[in-house]
Amino acid sequence: MASRLMALWDWFDSRMPSVAEEFRKHMAEYYAPKNFNFWYFFGAFSILLLGIQIVSGIFLTMHYKPDANLAFGSVEYIMRDVPGGWLIRYIHSTGASAFFAVVYLHMFRGLLYGSYKQPRELVWIFGVLLYLTLMAEAFLGYLLPWGQMSYWGAQVIVNLFAVIPFIGPDLALWIRGDYVVGDATLNRFFALHVIAVPLVLLGLVAAHILALHDVGSNNPDGIEIKKKKGPDGHPLDGIPFHPYYTVKDIAGAVLFMMVLCAVLFFVPEMGGYFLEYNNFVPADPLKTPAHIAPLWYFTPFYSILRAVPPLFNSQFPGVALFGLSTMILFLLPWLDRSPVKSIRYRGVLFKSAVAIFVITFLVLGYLGTEPVTVWGQFGSWLGYADVATVVARIFTLLYFAFFFLMPWYTAIDKCKPEPDRVTM
Amino acid sequence: MKNLFLALLFVPTFATASEAGYRLDRAPIDTRDLLSLQAGARTFVNYCLNCHSAQYMRYNRLTDLGLTESQIRDNLIFTDAKVGDTMKVALNAKDGKAMFGAAPPDLSVIGRSRGADWLYSYLRAFYRDEKSPTGWNNAVFPQVAMAHALWSLQGERGLVVVAGKNHGPAEYQWSRISAGTQNTVQYDTTVRDLVNFLVYIGEPAANDRKRIGIVVLFALLILFVFAYLLKKEYWKDVK
Repeated sequence: MASRLMALWDWFDSRMPSVAEEFRKHMAEYYAPKNFNFWYFFGAFSILLLGIQIVSGIFLTMHYKPDANLAFGSVEYIMRDVPGGWLIRYIHSTGASAFFAVVYLHMFRGLLYGSYKQPRELVWIFGVLLYLTLMAEAFLGYLLPWGQMSYWGAQVIVNLFAVIPFIGPDLALWIRGDYVVGDATLNRFFALHVIAVPLVLLGLVAAHILALHDVGSNNPDGIEIKKKKGPDGHPLDGIPFHPYYTVKDIAGAVLFMMVLCAVLFFVPEMGGYFLEYNNFVPADPLKTPAHIAPLWYFTPFYSILRAVPPLFNSQFPGVALFGLSTMILFLLPWLDRSPVKSIRYRGVLFKSAVAIFVITFLVLGYLGTEPVTVWGQFGSWLGYADVATVVARIFTLLYFAFFFLMPWYTAIDKCKPEPDRVTM
Repeated sequence: MKNLFLALLFVPTFATASEAGYRLDRAPIDTRDLLSLQAGARTFVNYCLNCHSAQYMRYNRLTDLGLTESQIRDNLIFTDAKVGDTMKVALNAKDGKAMFGAAPPDLSVIGRSRGADWLYSYLRAFYRDEKSPTGWNNAVFPQVAMAHALWSLQGERGLVVVAGKNHGPAEYQWSRISAGTQNTVQYDTTVRDLVNFLVYIGEPAANDRKRIGIVVLFALLILFVFAYLLKKEYWKDVK
């Protein structure tokens, strides 16, 4: 019996790229640095979440109806009448927010340890493309429940395209397929959300991992383990990804699933941050909500959008900076001029810049969830300006300063010498 | 890092004041209290389900409340609806708009969009107002199109709003115009039960969800112990 199976295995192996060979290359003989710390879990968690979102999404499409008259009701049907439907729906909605939390932490890891620096620029670029594609996926999916926030959020974001000079209005019309967000928009967003964008995501994930495995993983010390090889030709500080990191990632993944399940089963709305209260009101094109806010993972950029004052009666500068705030990530490998990768061996300038950037991101993120009046107004000396708007403007400047001043402060920063071998 | 997860887990729940600035009361609800839910269901079908639908909620789902299908049919269905039907009303949105100025919203998920505290405060904040078309107004939802549907229970009240001293919050002083069939405590209980019911129909699976969640977390914890031991075993030779 066993030899029959082996014969079958060989039959396949001689007729297609060897599975065993690929497994060796990417798992059993992919040498990863042995000093990965807590921050190195989030790549694996992202893959896990991608799988969770695809599977839960497939089951949701079995009962969801992409029709402006039926969409809201079909979600409630899933929540009530489909056996286990509420579970699938909460897995998908909690998974979406968790995906962004994990991706942000994964990107922050890259920032901490200089993982975007030479020779991993392409890994980073594929990563940024993944992030932008994920944003598109989340935005498209958020329209589908057809609640008030879905509807008006989509209205606001599509209108951003309308302020682009010359082509804007036609572009927005082309995206919506109608003069307002309507049934046509819902149908195409559904198509893009369930098939087009996920295909792009899968392709980019493959590119991201293939590029990584070609150059090898960075590590918390930011030194290249391939420079020190043993007599067997393997890096002295490397260990095979499988089984070492597979068992470690499994343990981490179980812990992560506990966090995910704690939210999913006990606070699926997360106080209005994962499922907005107003989204339990069916979409009404005639009733604009007093306060429209995107979900938390878009709010830092939404804050930047709101902070920029209109110029010559055009909102375009705000939209342009909004776009630039995400696109600038592509340039990171070339903005960073430091001779070392890891924050462990960088000087006080970079460390302070990262600290300020984290605060900036959190403050902008918070302000984006609130109306601009949340902190009241200044007195007449500042023309009764909204405090939150002024604060958002200051932090918008800090956000861009982090990137645009990077070539300067990373070049003059006093770095410490890097070690020869990784430290555990 | 772990702190970030904690911060995410314990984000404050906001919205403690209504748009009118009226301070909301906390709704003392408990969706595991079946007697309260049954009382709420009774109030709902008697007072709300004439104009407001709950079109995503099926009558026979009320077996969750410890009722049998025949009890539901005999006590809670006043129309020719079947027990497997959803809670619809004869009034359509267009007529509703013509009659009240605004179509009465469907109440299936009102507990989720408004929240229990808002509903609990709103249903206890109606007062007589001659200037309004219905003769009623509401301190939580000013100029609301709905008249006080529960007025025969609560009775009629008037409202005097006193501006707060030193820019403090305004004070609301209620006056009694006529008594209803219930005293204040009884009426608060009626509203509590009704809000409890509205929260329940907002997410009928909520109690199951929490119960299953405890089992899932416990199972994952056990799995984690084994996963961690496996990791430790493999990693003992990594120096």
